[in-house]
Amino acid sequence: MSSSQNGAAALMPGQNSYWQGIKDCIPTLLGYISIGFAFGVVGISSGISVLEVALLSFLVYGGASQFIFCALLVAGSPPAVIIFTTFMVNLRHFLLSLTLTPHFSHYSLGRNIGIGILLTDESFGVAASKLAGGSRLGDKWMYGLNFAAYVCWALSCLLGAVAGQWVENPEPLGLDFALTAMFVALLVLQIGDGVSSKIGTSLTLIICTIITMVLFSFFMPTYIAVLLSTILVAGLGAVIDQ
Amino acid sequence: MSTSMPMFWLIAACAIVTILPRILPFALVRGVKLPAPVLKWLSYVPLVLLTALIVEGMLVQEGGTLAVNWEGLLALIPTAVVALWTRSLSATVIVGVLAMAMVRLLF
Repeated sequence: MSSSQNGAAALMPGQNSYWQGIKDCIPTLLGYISIGFAFGVVGISSGISVLEVALLSFLVYGGASQFIFCALLVAGSPPAVIIFTTFMVNLRHFLLSLTLTPHFSHYSLGRNIGIGILLTDESFGVAASKLAGGSRLGDKWMYGLNFAAYVCWALSCLLGAVAGQWVENPEPLGLDFALTAMFVALLVLQIGDGVSSKIGTSLTLIICTIITMVLFSFFMPTYIAVLLSTILVAGLGAVIDQ
Repeated sequence: MSTSMPMFWLIAACAIVTILPRILPFALVRGVKLPAPVLKWLSYVPLVLLTALIVEGMLVQEGGTLAVNWEGLLALIPTAVVALWTRSLSATVIVGVLAMAMVRLLF
């Protein structure tokens, strides 16, 4: 993977286009639509306004943090707690961005910030499966991917907020599970592509992650367990893969 | 269709703390060539992180205890089968949502 540091010159023409990025985002849109819609409904039922749903979706732009924001608000938590929890829940994006930086380091700082600012678990997953398949990443492709996701997310949240005046509880629809389903599909793409020679390592790491996640979750909030497990078990992967 | 100033500033503060972790690595690591072991470590982040996020969805933390999200675990089975079989994001999401709706209808 480190060979992709060679730069954009090695990119095939057409591979690095906004349009290709938007096209590669399409398979993930159902996920954004489901979760965004569910968020809009949950937002309204936790007493925030349509405008506030829109502000959260456009400015905070994070599924987990937006849901937790509403839950804490309903629980009457003080602002400092809400801000700190949002920070912790989203801290894993530091790892996502860090993972992508070597592939974009030949672009300007402005472009890099443009790429990072709209990064999500899913757009990261799509980029990582591109890498796992042996492709390189381009800035325009990444912009297209991120931006399509951003617009779709915000619109879905708004739609959910409007629908929230009629739908009181989105739970029976099963929409919240779209997030986990998306992660499952992205994980399968990680195991299958390119690294099939290392399938044993992949399975070992998956089992280790399950164990550390369950263990850590006894002692700390799950979002911190996610962060800690990722740091440790990815490190284990680097040690095994010498 | 309204908001208050304190609410606006709360959302703005939350926006800042979510943007920082996203852009800081890009700002800090630029121009630094990361050593090979670090790159190797980072190459395993997607696999481990996605696994961790799935496991997180299977756990419920409430009132200081840890429980299994049985609904999620049940819905996970057909979802994983379809993901392995089709390798399609859309098909997996559709089956996942339908499976969860079924589980909640039945149990």
